[in-house]
Amino acid sequence: MPTPTGDIVGQKRWYWPAFAAPGLAWLVLLFLTPFYAIVATAFGRLDPIFAGPLPAWNPLEWDRGWMVQVLRELTAPTPLRGQFLRTIVYVVTSVSLCVLIGYPVAYYIARHAGRWKVLLLTLMIAPFWMSYLMRMLAWVNLLTNDPGSPGIVSRLFMLLPGVEEPINWFAGRAAPITVILGLVYGYIPFFVLPLYAALDRIDRSQLEAARDMGASPRSTFWRVTLPLSKQGILAGSVIITLPMFGDYYTPTLMSGSPSVTMIGNAIESRIHQAGQAPSGASLTFLLSVFVGVLMIYYLVSVARAAKEARA
Amino acid sequence: MSAITEAAPPIARTAPVPRSAWWRRWFTNPWGRPRFLVVWTWLYIAWTIVPVLIAVQFSFNDGRSRSTFQGFSLQWYQGIFVPGSREYDPSLWFSLENSLKIAAVTVPVATLLGVGLALGLARWRGRGSGAANFLMLFPLVTPEIVMGVSLFLIFVNLYEFIPLGLPAMIVGHITFTLSYVVIVTRGRLFAIGKEYEEAAMDLGASSAEAIRRVLLPLLLPAVFAGAFIAFAISIDDFVISAFLCIENCTTIPIKIYSAARNAGNPGLNAIATLMMVGSLLAITLAVLVQRVAIRRHEGETRSAVEDFARLEI
Repeated sequence: MPTPTGDIVGQKRWYWPAFAAPGLAWLVLLFLTPFYAIVATAFGRLDPIFAGPLPAWNPLEWDRGWMVQVLRELTAPTPLRGQFLRTIVYVVTSVSLCVLIGYPVAYYIARHAGRWKVLLLTLMIAPFWMSYLMRMLAWVNLLTNDPGSPGIVSRLFMLLPGVEEPINWFAGRAAPITVILGLVYGYIPFFVLPLYAALDRIDRSQLEAARDMGASPRSTFWRVTLPLSKQGILAGSVIITLPMFGDYYTPTLMSGSPSVTMIGNAIESRIHQAGQAPSGASLTFLLSVFVGVLMIYYLVSVARAAKEARA
Repeated sequence: MSAITEAAPPIARTAPVPRSAWWRRWFTNPWGRPRFLVVWTWLYIAWTIVPVLIAVQFSFNDGRSRSTFQGFSLQWYQGIFVPGSREYDPSLWFSLENSLKIAAVTVPVATLLGVGLALGLARWRGRGSGAANFLMLFPLVTPEIVMGVSLFLIFVNLYEFIPLGLPAMIVGHITFTLSYVVIVTRGRLFAIGKEYEEAAMDLGASSAEAIRRVLLPLLLPAVFAGAFIAFAISIDDFVISAFLCIENCTTIPIKIYSAARNAGNPGLNAIATLMMVGSLLAITLAVLVQRVAIRRHEGETRSAVEDFARLEI
């Protein structure tokens, strides 16, 4: 018999927490504690002989030196600031492109696909489960400028008047375009899916109401559908923004040129570099604070939306 | 303009026909079929899928090029599996082996921990359950680079008994697949509800018996689905693996990362294709297993994919 609180009589209070305990212990030891290791390393020192990091586990021993240095690097005209600003430009451009490209797709599949819906959904979800690396590899193949056998896309561009040799997509002026293309291509499935879910959940009677009141399809879209799908746009954007800020493999795979590196590249190289681990950890810490603010904003707004839906 | 002087048509919904090219009207007529959207959507689908299909095609290339198809051949697949064949590359088999080794340990451990955690979180209503829920969600939204750096630092500085390489990679993979298993299982737990357990207990079963003989059988499909999803994301993972690997632990994604731009040949496409087929297969099984169970249980009519698209959120 359930009690008014929903508990089943005869069960000890620790009964259900006991099921969760091993998994929770794992997350505490291998997710929370490692995160603290970032903080401890960022505020720690260096081993004087091997130049390895010496984390300061005790907050009383924290040394702010590395953090101050990284913050100074981020504000003065240094390569790191360049990478930081570039990251913001790339992420904002890529997310905007994802919205522009992805919205019509999600809208069509949710609203008008009819008998094609299942097929389209399957095709829409498929890239979600293809390895990111495989999808980047596919584009590297297409864009290769190897003079012996240029990639298919490179060859298509050679059909244009004035393009005699395969364009070098991986370096020089084209490299930022290639990296942004890579980011959009890599992350857009993760944007379209939550947006689709939000659009699909919109109650059709609201659209019918708008129609009955004399709204044209265009104004129904602008004044009913779009406002109702804001939550989905937000969810999709946050979901792709978080990993994009930490991305370092896309610029490396799609270009490898130092002119397109992002903040993730700086973290990745500093963490492994002798004598630079605390500065890498400081950067990671700053990145997680930044991302954490976004994350909390998102979780709060999801919770609020869920509450509104229940009300 | 004679149209203005004429009486308004009886049905106001007929839009005035704009004086523009027929193709523009065909595309933009707001009352007709949304042809612009149709074209856009299919272009999108082609854009996301065709490049990958081309990459798959070149894994069957008879030559060494990844952009000029010279005929069908399985030589690059032989090059992975058959020692002594013409294109044999032991590093490819090695990376496949490592990926499978990691997944083989990750999947059972993550599934066990994850199902326990899901059961606990779904039923536990006391103090601390909110925080536990939050902790479980965090790995899903933490950028992989943050998790990679944090695990790297902890294995180097505190948990030195877990050496970098395969052991550390396995531990890392369990950590980030765990929450996915929880999400999948917990969703199903909510759908099942408490009624069956309560009925079993009304009929005299103990709480442990109710779980073992009633709840777990109902939950089993979701457990399998969670396991398949854990397999798929473990196989596909690059960042966590890369941060925890020092040497002799190259997995397929690490191999692709290091070889795509310089030493690339269709052998790389072949191993990437195998990886993709593996994870797509795992996901398909996950969806099907869930599907069969739900249909038997509730007789729903929505399609598996539609459910899946909703479940992902």
